[in-house]
Parts: sequence; structure tokens; C-alpha cells
Amino acid sequence: MSFGEMGLPPLLVGLAVLSLIIAAKAYTAAFAFHAYLFAAASIAAIFLIYNNYTDRQGELPPQMIGDRPNYNFGPVKFATIAAIFWGCAGFAVGLYIALELAFPALNLDLQWINFGRLRPLHTSAVIFAFGGNVLLGTSFYVVQRTCRARLAGYLAPWFVILGYNFFIVIAGTGYLLGITQGKEYAEPEWYADSWLTIVWVTYLLVFLGTIWKRREPHIYVANWFYLAFIVTIAVLHLGNNPAIPVSLFSSKSYIVWSGVQDAMVQWWYGHNAVGFFLTAGFLAIMYYFIPKRAERPVYSYRLSIVHFWALIFLYIWAGPHHLHYTALPDWAQTLGMTFSIMLWMPSWGGMINGLMTLSGAWDKLRTDPVLRMLVVSVAFYGMATFEGPLMSIKTVNALSHYTDWGIGHVHSGSLGWVGYVSFGAIYCMVPWLWNRKEMYSLKLVNWHFWISTIGIVFYISAMWVAGIMQGLMWRAYTALGFLEYSFVETTEAMHPMYVIRATGGALFLCGALIMAYNVYKTIMTPQADSAGASQPALAPAE
Amino acid sequence: MSDHAKPSIWARHKIFETNSIILVIGILIMISFGGLVEVVPLFYLKSTIESVDGVRPYTPLELAGFDIYVREGCYLCHSQMIRPLRDEVERYGHYSLAAESMYDHPFQWGSKRNGPDLARVGGKYSDDWQKDHLRNPRAVVPASIMPQYDFLERTPLDVKHISENLSTLALTGVPYSKEMIENANADIIAQTTADDPHAAEFLKRYPKAILRDLGGDKGQLTEADALVAYLQQLGTHVDFKIYDDKANIR
Repeated sequence: MSFGEMGLPPLLVGLAVLSLIIAAKAYTAAFAFHAYLFAAASIAAIFLIYNNYTDRQGELPPQMIGDRPNYNFGPVKFATIAAIFWGCAGFAVGLYIALELAFPALNLDLQWINFGRLRPLHTSAVIFAFGGNVLLGTSFYVVQRTCRARLAGYLAPWFVILGYNFFIVIAGTGYLLGITQGKEYAEPEWYADSWLTIVWVTYLLVFLGTIWKRREPHIYVANWFYLAFIVTIAVLHLGNNPAIPVSLFSSKSYIVWSGVQDAMVQWWYGHNAVGFFLTAGFLAIMYYFIPKRAERPVYSYRLSIVHFWALIFLYIWAGPHHLHYTALPDWAQTLGMTFSIMLWMPSWGGMINGLMTLSGAWDKLRTDPVLRMLVVSVAFYGMATFEGPLMSIKTVNALSHYTDWGIGHVHSGSLGWVGYVSFGAIYCMVPWLWNRKEMYSLKLVNWHFWISTIGIVFYISAMWVAGIMQGLMWRAYTALGFLEYSFVETTEAMHPMYVIRATGGALFLCGALIMAYNVYKTIMTPQADSAGASQPALAPAE
Repeated sequence: MSDHAKPSIWARHKIFETNSIILVIGILIMISFGGLVEVVPLFYLKSTIESVDGVRPYTPLELAGFDIYVREGCYLCHSQMIRPLRDEVERYGHYSLAAESMYDHPFQWGSKRNGPDLARVGGKYSDDWQKDHLRNPRAVVPASIMPQYDFLERTPLDVKHISENLSTLALTGVPYSKEMIENANADIIAQTTADDPHAAEFLKRYPKAILRDLGGDKGQLTEADALVAYLQQLGTHVDFKIYDDKANIR
């Protein structure tokens, strides 16, 4: 019996009982619903653990089969499928809220799907559900491969993956029901945050535990980035979310920070969710999957050292650029701006290291759409990390802040960089995980690439125009010195841009659905010559 | 690497690449500077902790409105932070002070204006306009893209536990006294009932709060009433005729 099999069930029984008590006394039906979900999940988990225990008849899976590590790819497979599912769902919700802004009647007069409730659902679904599952899945894959060791723990990796996805379900259903602590990109309430903390600490331990078992002298560069991501997200999560629940029986809590201090903490968190979740984590993906797919070594080892330390040191300072000209003191704003501009250098260091890895293999871009996707993602990374420092300059920010320019900027980063590098990694990993030679159809990958690229171009150019136009309209004066436009006139002027943006989003969603179909066919189509020659035999991971 | 030659700086990096705990410690050290330098001073610098005359905690009714504002994600489209730029000051009013959001847990400065800034919307429109607008924004602003919030006026205001909200906020430092917490429900009725006997006490606790006749004593309050009460006090606490904006310049 493994440690987890002994320890977890009693804890889960405790959690189930506590949840049922809370459900019975909950202040609101929505909170009772969440408490029942916790209880049901705990009971289901106990059942799964018991079933698994009786099925495996005492033997824990071996660490090695022959002289090859017996990799544990079950959790990776689950995270990959979950990423595709949440990705499509998150993009669809994004499309819907884009349409709501163009055609407000689509709010349908239903509180659950109002823009204000769906917008956090969209951001959480794409960042934390899609991006998070990509990061969990790839990190568990990469750390095993680069350490040549089986994932640490027996139940722990599954606890991390399933626990994280349970957190997503709680967070997402909460938004629809109006449960939110109202902090952007950190909307989940105290109990979801507490649950995530437990899951995240386990994640760090599984990751470190695997590194400790490594049969390689060095920790590979991708794992530095994964570690920076895991550790820093933990620090940010704890720093941004200390809240006092109104009662054990209420979903409502109040964050201990307020006003200007809360604003600074929020954007220290918010900008570094970008820096460490959406950048460091995905740079780790870049550092494994691009060299692997291009079959070239990483361009420069020294550059990776310099840009790693510079990136994590500089990023953490950049938060105040979200608060230019606010009641935050000027010195803090200036610090945020200065460090944001400096951040351009390590960001491009990463881009150069990724792109130059293609040295001698550039011809593959013509023939391999997966590699093209990965490389274009790095190009988008370079573009977004050039635009970011530009927008952090106070005078530019005076125009761009509060407008759709910001929305365009984050989407060039998230669709172009995070999206493409994730799709590229999924296209690499699915054949490896399911022992296929290649994806079901590279032609469909090509379609995915071009459809979504056109979508991104529509999206970001519409948002540039909308943002700069609205910014200029807000500050336009007539010859007599009066403000030229009322607010709502600027809203009206943006309607065509909002329609174009939604079209771009729809194309991007189409691309993702093509990917889902392609992955489905890859997994379901048995391969004639099944043994992927380069892959070690896989033991069933369940 | 020979034993005699001084190891190059790149070789020294080996310690991070072979020892995960040293790597984690290195990461923790690198990421702590920025946060510490930028966040910690905000808890003692005068300009960020100044108390300005007039700024007071929300009345229980306004707090219920604030909670609804947060619940519905209003901050995702409306900022509450007027920047000291000519067009903003002319469009929205005096630029925002740090003190004006000192009791907001969490802060509501926002990051995107799909709709106008609301930092000083209080008193700009009548209660009736606000209610019509919440019910159907396009009835009063034809080109508005705001969702309809008519369900708010169909949902009775649930303030059974409002005193717990006050006492929780008191723990975080909002100056809600024991008296305010104990009288939370009575204060909601006092603020919403014509000629309520406790009105004077209520106004002593929450100076200049707006009293309305909403049938609070008959249990007729809706979520829309609370939200409007919250909106109507936004930006009205500080009297800028007497505010000295040079006082905190060093």
C-alpha cells in the first residue's frame, strides 16, 4: 500500500463530512452546491483509490523496465485531453463575450451569462484551465524525459491533475453563480484558493521529487523555467489572496488588502501571472519541444542562463505599469516602467534562443507545420514582448490604458505565443504519448495554423484600431476647447471593430476545433506499425 | 576543468544545475526584490495612507451594494480611478485620491473602460435614472452595450448576515465599531425608511449618508436599491473645495 493510499482516504472522508456539514448550513444555495461538489468529488476519489488498489493486486509499478525508466504518462494524457477540452470551451466563451460587446442583446437578460460573469470564466478557462493543463501535462512529460526517471509519487501526480481540474470546475461554476472575490485573474473565493494551495504544493513536491530521482547529472534548462513558474506562482497566489471568509458557511470573503495597497499587490500578482504562468512556464515548453522537433540543440547555453535569471529578476518589478497615473505613488510607477523596458532584453534573449535553435534546420518550416507553429509562437512572443515595454511607457500608457489596445496586446501574446506554443507541444506530444508515428493528419495541422493565424491578425488589428481610436476620441477637443465626444459616442464608433474581433475569435476557435478532431482521430486510429521506434515500451500508467 | 584553473563563471553556474534546492532558493531570492521594494513602502508612506476628511466606511446598505457590484463583475468594464489628465478631470471630475478607496476590499480601480469611469458617478444622475438604466441600459442610452440588470430589482436584498460582513471587514482594518456592527440591520432600515426614529443615530455613525424612502421597514428592499445606494455615494465623500492637494507633497 502506498503512502497516498493510506493517508488520502481518511482525509477525503474528513473533507466529505465537513463539506456535507457546510452544505447543510450554507448561507446561499450556490455555496451549498459547491459544498456538495466537494463532498461528491471526495467520495468519488475514495472510490477510485479503492478500485485502483484492488485492481493492481499489491504491486506498485516498477521504476525501471529493463534499463529504461518506466515513465508515468497517464496523468500527462489526462492533462492533454483536458487542455484541449478547456481550450475549446474557453475560446468559445471568449467568442461569446466578444459578440456580447458587439451585440448586447446576446446577454439574453440572464444573470448567469452576463458579460461581467462570463468574462472571468473566459480568462480563467483559457489561462488556468487550458494553459494550466498544458503546463501540468508538459511539465510532467518533460521532467520525466529530461531526468530519465519515473514521475515521483504514486497517487500524487493524479492528485495534482485531478485536483487542479476540480479547482477549475469550482472556479468556473462559481463565476456563473456570482461567486467571486473580484480580483482580476484571481477571482476564485477562499475555499477554492485554499484547495489550489494544497494541489500546488503537491505539484511542487512531485516535480522536485522527480528531479531528485534523476539519472542525469544536470537539471535541464526547461526544468529551471518550470521550477521558476511553480515556485513563483505559489508565492504570488499566497501574497495576493489572503482573505477572511465572512463565515465558514459563506462563500463570501474579504481580501485583507484594500485600496492602493491592494492595487499594487493585485498587479504584482497579475503581471507576474503573465510573467511566470504565461511566460516562464511556456518558455520551458519552448526549450524542450523546439529543439526536439527541430532535432537541433538549443542555440546558446549561456544565453539561456543569462536570460533565465534576468527574466525572473526583472519581471517581478513590472506590475506598476498597470497603474500609471493612478493614486499609486509616482516612484512606483516609474520603477514599473523602467523595469518593463529593461525586460525587453531578457524577453528577446529567450526569443533569439528559441528561433536560432532552428539554425541549420530552417528548411523544416516548409515541410513541418508543427514546427512552424512552434516557431511562429516564438515570433509572436517577440512581438508581444516588444509591444509590452512600449505600452509601459507612461505617455503611451496614458493613451492605451483602459482601451482595447490592452486587450489586443494580451491576445497577441496569448493567442500567438501561449496558444501556438501549446498547440505545437500538443501536436508533438500526442503521437509520443499514444505511440503513433505522427498526427493523424499534418494537412489538418496546416489548416489549423493558417485559419488561426488569419484569426489572430483580424483580432489584434481590430483591437489596435479600436483601442487607439477610442483613446484619441476620449482626449479629443473641439476648437472651442470642449471635449468633442461623449463616452457613448466612442462606444458606438467601436462596433465595427468589435465585429471584426469576434470574426477573428471565431476563426481561432475553428482552428482549435480542427485540432481537437485531429487529436481524436490520432488517438482512435490504430497504427499499422505500432512500435514507435524511438519510444521505450510503456507500462500502463493507470 | 582542471583543479588549478579558476572555474569560469559559466562553470560556477553548475551549482544551480545540479542542486534543485539551491536553484529554488536562487529563484526565491531573485523574485523577492521587486515585490518587497514596491509593496512594502505603501504601508507606511504618507501619500498612500493619508486620511482625508470625509472618507468614511460604507453604510451597511452601501456595503451590500458594493458586494453586488463585485459579484456582477462591474469592475471589468468600469474603472473607479480618474487619472490626473486634462480630459479625464473634465469628463469625470477631480482625479482620484488613494484615500478614496482605502475601505475597498478589494480595490475597484479597474483596468478597462467598456463603459465610463464611475469614481464620481454619485449624484450625477437621479435614483430613478439609475434604476431605469440598470433595468435596461438602452432605454436611457440607446447605444449602450451594457447588459441588462433587471433581475436585481426582482431579487429581494438578502442582508440576514450583513453584520458578519461588517465584522469581517473590521478585522481587516475598516473602522467599523462594535456599535456599527450591532446596529447593521437597524441601520439598513434607518437608511431606507421615511422618518425612521433611528435616522439621527445612523447619520452620526455614517455622516452625510443619503437617506431614502424605499420601504425598508416593510422588507421591500431589492438588490437594485442597494446597488443604487452604493453608486450614488461614489466619489462624494471628499469635499474638494476644502481638500488641500499640496498637503502630502514632500
